[in-house]
Amino acid sequence: MGEIVLEQVTKSFGDVTVIPPLDLTIEDGEFTVFVGPSGCGKSTLLRLIAGLEDVSSGAIRIDGRESSTIPPARRGLAMVFQSYALYPHMTVRKNIAFPLRMSKMSKAEQDKRVEQAASVLNLTDYLDRRPGQLSGGQRQRVAIGRAIVREPAAFLFDEPLSNLDAALRVGMRLEISELHNRLKTTMIYVTHDQVEAMTMADKIVVLRSGHIEQVGSPLELYRNPRNLFVAGFIGSPKMNLIEGAEAAKHNARTIGIRPEHIAVSAEEGTWSGLVGVAEHLGSDTFFHVHDTGLAETITVRADGEVSFKHGDRVYLTPRTEFMHRFDEQGLRLP
Amino acid sequence: MSTKASRFSARLMLAPAVILLLAWMLVPLTMTLIFSFQRFLPMRGGFQGWVGFENYIRFVNSSAFWPAVQTTIIIVGGVLLITVILGILLAILLDQPIWGQGIVRIMVIAPFFVMPTVTGLVWKNMFMDPNNGLLGYLWRFFGGDPVVWLSDVPVLSIILIVSWQWLPFATLILLTAIQSLDSDQLEAAEMDGAGPLSRFWHIILPHLSRAITIVILIQTIFLLAIFAKIFVTTQGSFGTRTLTYLIYQRVLESQNVGLGSAGGIYAVILANIFALFLMRIVGKNLDR
Repeated sequence: MGEIVLEQVTKSFGDVTVIPPLDLTIEDGEFTVFVGPSGCGKSTLLRLIAGLEDVSSGAIRIDGRESSTIPPARRGLAMVFQSYALYPHMTVRKNIAFPLRMSKMSKAEQDKRVEQAASVLNLTDYLDRRPGQLSGGQRQRVAIGRAIVREPAAFLFDEPLSNLDAALRVGMRLEISELHNRLKTTMIYVTHDQVEAMTMADKIVVLRSGHIEQVGSPLELYRNPRNLFVAGFIGSPKMNLIEGAEAAKHNARTIGIRPEHIAVSAEEGTWSGLVGVAEHLGSDTFFHVHDTGLAETITVRADGEVSFKHGDRVYLTPRTEFMHRFDEQGLRLP
Repeated sequence: MSTKASRFSARLMLAPAVILLLAWMLVPLTMTLIFSFQRFLPMRGGFQGWVGFENYIRFVNSSAFWPAVQTTIIIVGGVLLITVILGILLAILLDQPIWGQGIVRIMVIAPFFVMPTVTGLVWKNMFMDPNNGLLGYLWRFFGGDPVVWLSDVPVLSIILIVSWQWLPFATLILLTAIQSLDSDQLEAAEMDGAGPLSRFWHIILPHLSRAITIVILIQTIFLLAIFAKIFVTTQGSFGTRTLTYLIYQRVLESQNVGLGSAGGIYAVILANIFALFLMRIVGKNLDR
């Protein structure tokens, strides 16, 4: 069980308010991702839930129990740190067993749980090594192992993949998702990487300077961003945001159209422009098109086989059914 | 430093320093070694011939030798115990954010800058003197009889004086070690359910183990040679005669340079055994 409810939670350091009053409900078993640019308060929010920071006001309810004044160890949560925070002088076995040892569990039960966690995480062969002798991915798994043996009400991940290289990051992303499918435990995951958020989350919480900008499933956020910030943050490459006369035609201050919702052709279209940079990824090609008469450079996604070159003239046609319209305050128009 | 020419010029330029250092170290050591095989009494006829290992045998068989070794070990061990334990506690205390942190840290480190002779005299006259010393006043204030420190508990007195001087050194090294501890580890331990004592025992202390071995290593080498503080306080009486002090007495008081030199060579060997032993422990700690 692991339902976490935040009610009017605030946090300030001295005069600086990091989190203005905030309400959020995380359902039991849900994989929730806090995402936002650096300095948006997502890590602070996680540390408040963990109990590593005290809330300035408000309540944190874990399974209905007011927990904002309970010490971290008794909240029944486990955390995986960005730096992994393994204990360098202990073997992997001792690292994983540490929380069990602290809760004075019997030696036999400790061993059983450590073996079990190790086999889930493919660490059985490394149990007698020290963290210093492991690769980044293995260290990451030890940190996860140390979290799962406690059988916590919820897991907290603080940017766990940011110290890994790109290939390993994709692998670990899958492993963590699979772990969630198997354990069905609540997980809260903090990241600044919207790809991680989109691929892993049941529910994404987009944060900006301590405010929640939008909460929803990945596809809800993709399809119906509530405002300009979410529209620009979710999706890769970024949504094209166009202001001025072109937006006024659609009765909006700003219009947004994703690169994948623009058709490219050599003969005819709504806008015409010159290809700047062409990024060939193999499966897809991204063209950055300028001199379209719009102030902004337009990014377009095309099939990998489409091969315009730098300086070619192309014609772009936005698919109006996927167009997003925003008003003066940057809020979505219906 | 890859070409032959640059390697050669590098060696050439290093040579003066290396030669000077070697001479600095080797000349006195060689002279001590040579003297130790001679019967050499400066005030009573000077050089009186080569005697082989006689000085070595006489030095060890003297009734003062084993008590001196014992005293040395007790003093070194006592000082190490006090400085390491109090050093860890002080380092943890100084690591806490407090008002006036900078000044407090300088004050704590200050004793290390006081010259050994001055330290000895200050403690002897201003603290441990039964009539005028602060400790004497303290005892009388509580209605006790002042302790005559330097003759009643001479070894303990020396240990206290030396510890006072070396505690800042231990504290400083251990403080920097504590500051290098990743705070994530402490937070992870906190989440894992470790209380303050468990965190100290399972996280902080293992983290400090390397710094502790370094403190022990460096202090042992220096403590084996303490002299000034004994010279100005007890003059080696009341069982405070360490090996260093015994050698001093043989050379200067008995005017027997040969015998003293043999003792000096023993001290060198002893210090090297300690150093070798401790270096291995440090090396082992560094491997992790």
